[in-house]
Amino acid sequence: MSKEKYLEDLGAIRKIMGESTQFLSLSGISGVLAGVYALIGSFYVNHLIENHNGIYITIESATFRLILITAGIVLLMSVITAFVLTYFKAQKSSQKLWNQVSKRLLINFLIPLLTGGIFSVLLIKQHVYGLLGPVTLIFYGLACVNASKYTLRDIRYLGMIMIVLGLLSTAYPGNSLYFWAFGFGVCHIIYGFIMYFKYDRKTA
Amino acid sequence: MKEILNSINKVFDHRIRLAIMSALMVNEYMDFSSLKELLGVTDGNLASHIKALENEGFLEVEKQFIEKKPNTRYRVTNEGKISFHKHIDALEKLLNSK
Repeated sequence: MSKEKYLEDLGAIRKIMGESTQFLSLSGISGVLAGVYALIGSFYVNHLIENHNGIYITIESATFRLILITAGIVLLMSVITAFVLTYFKAQKSSQKLWNQVSKRLLINFLIPLLTGGIFSVLLIKQHVYGLLGPVTLIFYGLACVNASKYTLRDIRYLGMIMIVLGLLSTAYPGNSLYFWAFGFGVCHIIYGFIMYFKYDRKTA
Repeated sequence: MKEILNSINKVFDHRIRLAIMSALMVNEYMDFSSLKELLGVTDGNLASHIKALENEGFLEVEKQFIEKKPNTRYRVTNEGKISFHKHIDALEKLLNSK
């Protein structure tokens, strides 16, 4: 009669339950880099706005087009970085990148995120640019909260902070770039470092 | 003590069977290849343990076609859930005794 065997059994049960429902290979450093891109993008957009001739930035203006291009580049670079770093981390811990769990994670992350993306495009079409900052923050936050069931739980807090920032940014219009830079920039960097020191360093 | 030992389910007294049940308790269903990847066991080994659990009525098999490829997925039955909970309770009692 070995008590140790049963203790090991319980440990194994817990491990399997975690591994089969949570994708643990998300890279912390990719969060830091995404934050850095967002900050650089925000500084550039701030610079564009300050140097804009005329009081209003219209949708037809070159400035507006440059702002959109900047946002697109920041998004694209963040996605590529997250994908590449997560791929390497998954390989290191011999977890497959594309499995049942990561599929579920991605789907649940994308549902609120794509909704927000389409909503933003529709807002631009209706010339309501003032809400773009809050909307991207809120929907990204909802996406994080929704995805948190399938990965490290910490992402839930990041999501909730983003939602609060989005709502604050709606309440104080005109400062949305600062809220955006704080959320996507500063919060991502802090979150990424916390993740890195909490999980990544142990496995590296 | 003897009572507790009686509720330790002999069917679950094997690491791979225990692992299969654990994975299916927290996932609505899992297919053969996902289980295989998760547990890191061979096809034959996994199949025989699944068969044993199926014979006990603890899991049910669902065969379907995804893009013309056969896909077999598994789900725990209510009976399986109840037995698994009993087993875990017994393990915990056993560890807390003495």
